[in-house]
Amino acid sequence: METAQDTIQQTEAKAEASKTLFKGTGSQVLLNGLIEEGVTTIFGYPGGAIMPIYDALYDYADKLEHILVRHEQGGIHAAQGFARTSGKVGVCFATSGPGATNLVTGLADAQIDSTPLVCITGQVFAHLLGTDAFQETDVINITTPVTKWNYQVTDAKEIPEVLAKAFYIAKSGRPGPVLIDITKNAQLQVEEFPEYVKCNHIRSYRPKPKVRVEYIEQAAALINAAKKPFVLFGQGVILGKAEAEFKAFIEKSGIPAAWTIMGDGAIPTSHPLNVGMLGMHGNYGPNVLTNECDVLIAIGMRFDDRVTGRLDKYAKQAKVIHFDIDPAEIDKNVKAEVGVWGDCKETLPLLTNLVNESKHEEWLAKFKDYNQQEIDQVITPELHPTSDEMTMGEVLRNINEICGGDAIIVTDVGQHQMVACRYAKFNNTRSNITSGGLGTMGFGLPAAIGAKYGAPDKTVIAIIGDGGFQMTPQELGTIMQFGAAVKILILNNRFLGMVRQWQQLFHDKRYSFVNITSPDFVALAKAYYIEADKVDERATLRKALETMINHEGSYLLEVMVGRENNVFPMVPQGMSVSEIRLK
Amino acid sequence: MSTENTIQHTIDKADIDGKQEYTITVYAENRIGLLNRIAIIFSKRKINIESLNSSASEIDGIHRFNIVITESYEVVRKLARQIEKQIEVLKVYFNTNEEIIWQELALYKVSTDEIAEKVTVERLLRQYGASAVVIRKDYTVFAVTGHREETDALVKALEPYELIEFVRSARVAIIKDSAGFHEKLKEFEAFEPGEELVENEFLDKGEKIFTM
Repeated sequence: METAQDTIQQTEAKAEASKTLFKGTGSQVLLNGLIEEGVTTIFGYPGGAIMPIYDALYDYADKLEHILVRHEQGGIHAAQGFARTSGKVGVCFATSGPGATNLVTGLADAQIDSTPLVCITGQVFAHLLGTDAFQETDVINITTPVTKWNYQVTDAKEIPEVLAKAFYIAKSGRPGPVLIDITKNAQLQVEEFPEYVKCNHIRSYRPKPKVRVEYIEQAAALINAAKKPFVLFGQGVILGKAEAEFKAFIEKSGIPAAWTIMGDGAIPTSHPLNVGMLGMHGNYGPNVLTNECDVLIAIGMRFDDRVTGRLDKYAKQAKVIHFDIDPAEIDKNVKAEVGVWGDCKETLPLLTNLVNESKHEEWLAKFKDYNQQEIDQVITPELHPTSDEMTMGEVLRNINEICGGDAIIVTDVGQHQMVACRYAKFNNTRSNITSGGLGTMGFGLPAAIGAKYGAPDKTVIAIIGDGGFQMTPQELGTIMQFGAAVKILILNNRFLGMVRQWQQLFHDKRYSFVNITSPDFVALAKAYYIEADKVDERATLRKALETMINHEGSYLLEVMVGRENNVFPMVPQGMSVSEIRLK
Repeated sequence: MSTENTIQHTIDKADIDGKQEYTITVYAENRIGLLNRIAIIFSKRKINIESLNSSASEIDGIHRFNIVITESYEVVRKLARQIEKQIEVLKVYFNTNEEIIWQELALYKVSTDEIAEKVTVERLLRQYGASAVVIRKDYTVFAVTGHREETDALVKALEPYELIEFVRSARVAIIKDSAGFHEKLKEFEAFEPGEELVENEFLDKGEKIFTM
């Protein structure tokens, strides 16, 4: 039987429920959801199929900053740069068809470099799907191999839940890009939506496992028995926000640690246990001693072929311990004696507790010996050249001296990237932004724009080659319009330098289509109302760099460097890391 | 597990590095596009899928894929982990033929005159355990359920007698040593899951398997 009291309560409950209901379009509920997820900045480009979302955006200008890029590829790279410096999820918008396909390179880049992104693409009306409608592309199938997850929304009622899932998937576990394709009818559809609920569990998705202590015990036992232990760390340490936990581990165990380019900056460059860079153009000691250590402890890295060189001659003498949040990475390229599946933020402190305090002085001295050889034969000539031609290394040395390791360095891809990673000093994490896995030329300029929005108080320097800059120069327009104070440093050697280096070393100097010409970069920048200068002699280099860095807004500086300089050391493709060449 | 055991385990697995037939069983949400996500894991590595079946499972709303490939243990293990990594996939198992019960269904369309006239055909059909699904004046359709070799052998045997059409289904397989997915699903649905591990590799093989 129903009492009067019950009825009143029910009515109140209904009233309460209707208060939390939001009546509006799919576009509005999407933007509300973005705000709920803490999004402040969106990089995007409008078009026919995403117009309802842009129409809604018109009323959200006070809550959501939208940066109009000049090409969707620029938009997604900017979102990547934003995600990498801020540690948040990067967001970008694009329309259907060409807008969406222009995202593919960025998605692939974010997928291989584990960058959390949520990309929203417009799609033709649901009733037009499959009719080859204007600007219709099968975006879901095109992007499936390059997304962590993707979903096509055809009904606005799905939007809040799908968006919440997208953010949860993008940032949890091993992060990655997520794409939501929303048909135009769903953007326009008016519905009553319940309150936005963030997602924290999907039954078919296990972002991280409960840590199995027995594996950490096994790892600790191997480490404690090791005479020549060696730590390799990658971006996992940064993505897991476990820099402090990582530092505590190496400091207690006294183990020398070397980084992949994606892990660069997780501990300061100057840390006494930071022995340098791994891989093809990495440092001499870390490469050679990989094949001498007795226990190899890999943390949040995936043994990319550019790191391992020839796999069947890689660390065969060592017992390998592999810490990773992605179980598919354990035993993928290098067989692990002990695989520790988990979030390094949780696993590293457990490991630190179990390892003995130690100082591997003799072992560390070996790294110093090799480092001294590299300093004498490679580093000094690169940083303090005696020839008239400027080197990329001396430009980096000057930047280090001016910024003291506090700047964010964004690079493009090629020789300048390797030089920047080798020589740039970093005091802080999330300071080295580069396209590691995919090697995307054209990444540098747009990523730097995003990096600046992600870390507005930092000096952001985009170091780009003359080739890579010409892949995405249109983003100068974005800087012009929205004023991101990015310092653009073009290291111009008038060649596609890395390919030229390989042609010189491995193709008998047959320089096939690497001779690239450039426009007047200074005039180009000025056409976009960006201050610019060019340096072609050492005498004015320092002053010009200081002017660029101290300039209030954006600035472009072109530095003419030696044409045929090579990046060394080098592990030639197909060779073992211990066969690394100093010249 | 001690370190020594782990080493032993690795060596055991290395022994079976030669290529052989593996049946991959995937439990997944029933979602549009997931089949493509799974298929490209194979095509990306230029691995041919010999047979693929998608069906309901013992649990309402959960889909079950059976995928057959011929590869080494190492390759199959990596593929299984890549599949399990997909958001909507709950669990992946991979098994050799000894570890599963499997069947394939084949249909054969033959001329009715031929079978009516030739006793040997009838004997063949009896011998292969075929059953007639449709009998018409012009043709008869027979069905055979069995392993690949069995259904293939009948094709060979029927070739001289006007085999009009032949088709074979994908493999469906049941894992001998499996208690089904009901308990597992509860674990997945729980917010704090138990100790989830790559179970296939640690299955205590043999004990619970009754081989026919």
